[in-house]
Amino acid sequence: MSTQAAAPRKTRSLHRFANPGRFLRLADATLPWLWMACALALAVGLVGAFTAPVDYQQGASVRIMYVHVPAAWLAMFTYTTIAVASAVALVWRHPLADLAARAASPVGASFTLLCLVTGSLWGKPMWGTWWVWDARLTSVLVLFFLYLGHMAIANAFDDAGRGRRAAAILALVGFVNVPIIKFSVDWWNTLHQTASVSRIGAPAIHSSMLWPLLTMALGFTLFFAAILLVRMKNELLGQRLRNLRAASLQRRGEPGAAATGQPAHAES
Amino acid sequence: MRSRKKKRLSLLACGMLALAGAAALTLSAFEDNIVFFHGPTEVVQKDIPLDRRFRLGGLVQEGSVEKVGDGATVTFKVTDGANAVPVRYRGILPDLFREGQGVVTHGSLNRQGVFVADEVLAKHDENYMPPEVAQALKKSGRWEGDGPIPGAAEADAADTDAINGKSGLDTSYTN
Repeated sequence: MSTQAAAPRKTRSLHRFANPGRFLRLADATLPWLWMACALALAVGLVGAFTAPVDYQQGASVRIMYVHVPAAWLAMFTYTTIAVASAVALVWRHPLADLAARAASPVGASFTLLCLVTGSLWGKPMWGTWWVWDARLTSVLVLFFLYLGHMAIANAFDDAGRGRRAAAILALVGFVNVPIIKFSVDWWNTLHQTASVSRIGAPAIHSSMLWPLLTMALGFTLFFAAILLVRMKNELLGQRLRNLRAASLQRRGEPGAAATGQPAHAES
Repeated sequence: MRSRKKKRLSLLACGMLALAGAAALTLSAFEDNIVFFHGPTEVVQKDIPLDRRFRLGGLVQEGSVEKVGDGATVTFKVTDGANAVPVRYRGILPDLFREGQGVVTHGSLNRQGVFVADEVLAKHDENYMPPEVAQALKKSGRWEGDGPIPGAAEADAADTDAINGKSGLDTSYTN
């Protein structure tokens, strides 16, 4: 086969960022900037959220929106990230993609929980109920369970590789839920109102309330990026530590010790 | 090597497509159960049996809210513009409840065609704005707001930019 000769070079270029050493250096270089930008965006966003005018109907309760809406956006964004990373991991066997998918899922679960709790606190004074089983609320609860399932299944197998593959398939199957969440308020009658920001035409939210919301969303996104890098770094360093430990045990001549240490990125 | 990747990719694409199709079929089959409430027109047209519990949603008709008898019972009409259904409710109304406001009520029809509700939830729309802007929009006649505006100070502080920029302002009940 003529393609065989070209294959190794192509693979190397595709996996340039799969090199854990390179990834760690890149993460270390970007993390301080990410944290600073995140702190700045959240600080400005919070000041904006507390100084923004009250709503003509909801009064000061509308301030819950500045946490609830970014949390909801990030809950869906994180799941989309996991789905894309899982697809890359399944098709191209990119080891960092697997790592990213598993590192993102507890973060996404936290965003979803924050969204559900703040939504409930907002629903009681405005709608008159903590919870209803309408399409929007139910599909977000399903998203929360998908995150929990993803976390559980990734660690449910003795063979880590099988666990990763099962989790990736679950993440892809669960991705059907993301468009359902987004369009639930348009497709069906729900108690939840329809989208204010991402709709055709001008956003139905006054500019004095829109900018704090978008700044908070930016802060949440930067937080997600930073925490994801930290979690991936942590996992990589943990793997490296386990390998070193296994190697030193092996050197001391303890039989069987090498079997417990997993070689990092054997698949790549 | 490449062909195996291509195979995995096409397998994945086919799987996702099949999954999306299955989800779409399932959701459209269960549509009647997924909707949270039914509008007045549906209720009038469909012959819903008495004592069957369901949710009725729509706007509270202007001028239809009345307190009756003991003072804790209210009657009002829920409308979607075309049809209206009278509702009777005994209990505490949510803060957002007012004429012109979206509500979702849970209960059943009685023999007189009155919807007897034991739960009334307020549904708010997707519009967010400061009271002064709402006041200005109403004053200029570009938008007929709903109900009294709490804490509305002067309309002089009107943000005219906001009015011009807001082409999508409508209180029509799209559900």
